[in-house]
Amino acid sequence: MNLDFNQIVPYIPFILEGIWVTLQFVIISIIFGFILGTGLALCKISKIKALNWFGDAYTSIFRGTPLILQLMIIYFAIPQLTGYDISPFLSAILAFGLNSSAYVSEIIRAGIQAVDKGQTEAAQALGVPYRLMMKDIILPQALKNILPALMNEFITLTKESAIVSTIGYLDLMRRAQVVGADIYRNFEPLIFVGFIYWLLVMVLTIIGKIVERRMKFSD
Amino acid sequence: MIKIENLYKQFGDNEVLKGITTNINSGEVVSIIGPSGSGKSTFLRCINLLEVPTKGTVSIDGKSIPDKNTNILKVRQQIGMVFQHFNLFPHLNVLDNLTYAPIKVKGESRQVAEDKARNLLAKVGLTEKEKAFPSNLSGGQKQRVAIARALAMEPNLMLFDEPTSALDPEMVKEVLNVMKDLAKSGMTMAIVTHEMGFAREVADRVLFLDGGVLLEDASPAEFFSNPKTARAKDFLEKVL
Repeated sequence: MNLDFNQIVPYIPFILEGIWVTLQFVIISIIFGFILGTGLALCKISKIKALNWFGDAYTSIFRGTPLILQLMIIYFAIPQLTGYDISPFLSAILAFGLNSSAYVSEIIRAGIQAVDKGQTEAAQALGVPYRLMMKDIILPQALKNILPALMNEFITLTKESAIVSTIGYLDLMRRAQVVGADIYRNFEPLIFVGFIYWLLVMVLTIIGKIVERRMKFSD
Repeated sequence: MIKIENLYKQFGDNEVLKGITTNINSGEVVSIIGPSGSGKSTFLRCINLLEVPTKGTVSIDGKSIPDKNTNILKVRQQIGMVFQHFNLFPHLNVLDNLTYAPIKVKGESRQVAEDKARNLLAKVGLTEKEKAFPSNLSGGQKQRVAIARALAMEPNLMLFDEPTSALDPEMVKEVLNVMKDLAKSGMTMAIVTHEMGFAREVADRVLFLDGGVLLEDASPAEFFSNPKTARAKDFLEKVL
């Protein structure tokens, strides 16, 4: 056994900074993906055929190709195409947000369709306009049902965020690699960030459970 | 007040309503009865356009409802509807169930809406339940809240779609009593029901539907004692 965690001690502040760097784009991507995903879900259940088609085509593209490929296309191909030098941060948000929205839209669509049809009818009979009905009546009930699935998606996104290290974004994962290269020891820094990822996911899990408990209005 | 002319409704190949023509006058209580699958509920749901008629017109105070120029949301605000399965909003408490539409749709202030809602809850005997969630209410209580919720919009017409069919037997009466009070107050009501006793006692008119056709339109006394069609006779023999 050739383990020496003492060697990474001087690098710990450097690695810990990566937590915020990772969280920063993960949080923004989750929010971006959630909002866009809700919009896509509404497209999919719309009566307008063109919107259905758009929602399905979008999902098929972003769910049907590797996330790392989407990230690389955004980061490496956009500058070639437009001349705009896109930052790793923006590329990461775009890739993860756009990708996550495809999955989130499927979750939300299923959630909306699982809400009792009587709820829509009751709202319609009261003269509630579609937009308000969705916002105040249908989506809150759908969200409650799909919370575990959504949490799952957020957890996946948090972990998969490590692939931004491939475009040189200095997140947790990338920092572990930098430290590993610096001290010629990879096991310690990798285990260390592995533990941090696990902690982040645990925090997310706990938050999910708390929210779920608070939303248990009807059982 | 409500004119229904030559109403047809088709679901795929299945023609559920086959040309129904009738009127419901202001202040009238009309019971719609008939065997299952006769199109009673569909007929009721065409009045506030939860179902869009295939053919024919429904007009309320001279305004045609299926017309593109009519604001269907505005019309629906004047028509209260009570469903078989209550359809209360499970994530809102009783008071919020009642005030949601008046505040968000009609733009009433919270104060006004809540005062009105409390009045209505007192009328249906549920004052102490205003903070309860629907899941904590019995079926009868849920349906009374649902009636109050519809009344909170101050409708001119109330539609009831089998309001007691999903209730335990001992809860039927409390709901029917609320409906009786409402009828006495002069509300225009159209009620799809299997409660023959209620129809006979409260209704001003009985419409008998079978196979999507309006077979009889008579006063309850006349309909129950002396039905004109063989089909109605047969039906009454089975249910009474």
